[in-house]
Amino acid sequence: MVMRWISGETTRRWARALMVAVAVAGTVLPALPAGAQPITLNGAGATFPFPLYSKWSQLYAAERGVQINYQSIGSGGGIRQFIAKTVDFGASDGPMTDEQIAQAGGRVLHIPMVAGAVVPVYNIPGVGQGLNFTPEVLADIFLGKITRWNDPRLARANPGVKLPAAEVVVVHRSDGSGTTAIWVNYLSKVSPEWKARVGEGTSVNWPTGLGGKGNEGVAGLVRQTPYTLGYVELAYALTNRMTFGNVRNRAGRFIRPSLSTTTKAMEGALPLIPADYRVFFTHPAGRDAYPIAGFTWILIYGEQPDPVRGKALVEFLWWATHEGQKYAPTLLYAPLPKSLVARIEGTLKSVTAGGKSLL
Amino acid sequence: MASVVAAPASGPVAAHRGDRLFGVVLAAAALAVPLLLGGLLLALLAGAWPAVQRFGLTFFAGSTWDPVTHEFGALPFIYGTLVSSTLGLSMAVPLGLGVAIFLSELAPGWLRVPVGFLVELLAAVPSVVFGLWGIFILVPWVRSVLTPLVKGALGFLPLFDGPPLGIGMLAAGLILAIMVVPFIVAVGTSVMRAVPTTQREAALALGATRWETTRRAVLPYARSGIMGAVFLALARALGETMAVTMVIGNVPQIKASLLAPAYTIPAVIANEFTEATSDLYVAALIYTAVALFIVTVVVNAAARLLVGRAARDAVLGE
Repeated sequence: MVMRWISGETTRRWARALMVAVAVAGTVLPALPAGAQPITLNGAGATFPFPLYSKWSQLYAAERGVQINYQSIGSGGGIRQFIAKTVDFGASDGPMTDEQIAQAGGRVLHIPMVAGAVVPVYNIPGVGQGLNFTPEVLADIFLGKITRWNDPRLARANPGVKLPAAEVVVVHRSDGSGTTAIWVNYLSKVSPEWKARVGEGTSVNWPTGLGGKGNEGVAGLVRQTPYTLGYVELAYALTNRMTFGNVRNRAGRFIRPSLSTTTKAMEGALPLIPADYRVFFTHPAGRDAYPIAGFTWILIYGEQPDPVRGKALVEFLWWATHEGQKYAPTLLYAPLPKSLVARIEGTLKSVTAGGKSLL
Repeated sequence: MASVVAAPASGPVAAHRGDRLFGVVLAAAALAVPLLLGGLLLALLAGAWPAVQRFGLTFFAGSTWDPVTHEFGALPFIYGTLVSSTLGLSMAVPLGLGVAIFLSELAPGWLRVPVGFLVELLAAVPSVVFGLWGIFILVPWVRSVLTPLVKGALGFLPLFDGPPLGIGMLAAGLILAIMVVPFIVAVGTSVMRAVPTTQREAALALGATRWETTRRAVLPYARSGIMGAVFLALARALGETMAVTMVIGNVPQIKASLLAPAYTIPAVIANEFTEATSDLYVAALIYTAVALFIVTVVVNAAARLLVGRAARDAVLGE
């Protein structure tokens, strides 16, 4: 009886959904220019920029009639799909290695879209926002060499703050992630010992600490376990009102992480950003630069197989690096500085199909 | 159609064409399962091949997992999988059987239906929900209530050494126990209900108590069904991914203490697969899946052997 009722009901519901779909298709399709095939560009990769890319996709479809279908399957998956050429573009929070680029074959372009900062979050009962961390202290805590919160080096950076004698519990990401890649790249730059003992990548062999799955796993552990120190994306720390610290930059100033100090970091790193944009711009110059930040890239081939799709793709990337940037701050991503966008324009103009420029 | 209708007249059963077709279809379906299993193992081995070539059998003995230097060993994951499942089952089996016996033998009808319904509802909760509940409720409880309690009583044992993090092997075992109990209860209750009432009446007529009736008349009768329930629970515990990864701490280490963080095979695959960029890294992760496959087969075979022997002993004993 129950089964029969359900199947009757579902059939009816399907029929209704079908009718709605047909009606919608009937009203939308004629609005497109006659004869033009609606283009859908497929992309896959990093999860970190997904909220922004889906916002862009929605706006761009309304504005230009080009659908952007983005699957957030993770940077590693994005790179694999890109190499296999099953997508029009890949997306990653970490640059492709030389080996991967050789595998992909052809000219591979990394186009920066926006930047994100990674911030130290902690839970020390009685200690509020804005604890100061020096690069050396951060590295030594994550190496397991500083084990107590009242370590003299930490105390020296935080005059007037009463630090407890409790043991530091380190929390890191257990899943491979771009956030980890930025964090350990920074630690490798500021600590020779970290570089030698641990190194960098989307996952590493952690010397100490607990692993939490995803930003929410790390945040959950930090929030509930007293005396923990972890790292999450700035956007995540802000929306979840977490307690996070300041980090001393190359200029010797303790900088509060924010969207503007992240953009300052990009500006500070600008002279050192190579022509292919494959760089973690951690630990940059600049008075107000927050030192732990990185790009998220869209990966495309410099020589597009199809002139029509290729043109649609570079036009979308042009839009994303220009008009699209103004939607970044509301979603808590740091927009690209103007001078960098000017350089990206040149890169986009270099994209060709059949030997002809597409822009 | 005509031949099928005519068939009964033609004599022997074996000649029946419809039956032959029926037999062939069912045999094909039955064969498909081992074929699928074999195909799965082959596909896994093919995916893991670069890692198999590189590490061979030392993969199962290595305890370093370093994606940066490409050194991979699966021992801490195998250890974590086995210990967390054993821990979970050692709590879930007595509890689940107790509930099943109560529901089948002792509970009045008005209680049996709602309690049975609630237990089955527990089986339908998605594991990520258990994981979130684990992070927000279970782990703080383990840290602030359970750990001080066991440390106070048994803190001298290496089993309960280390700081009270809440996260770790114990939390993973607890969450697995909660997740597999419904399987044991649901299957256990139905196999015990299936024991003919005449068995119980015969035992009671001989003057047996409730306990003796259950122990002598009901449990032996339902034994194979109960074992099935335990196997089901074990399989679920070995393969459980989401809930475990959220509470176990995800540190590839082998520590005697149940309070220390650990790692399991499904958890490391779920954690690292999406962002594994190099070929050897991906192959090593698939190789851990092969390890899980082997662990599952070996544990199941061992358990079956053990049960077979116990059943034979029981028969000989009586």
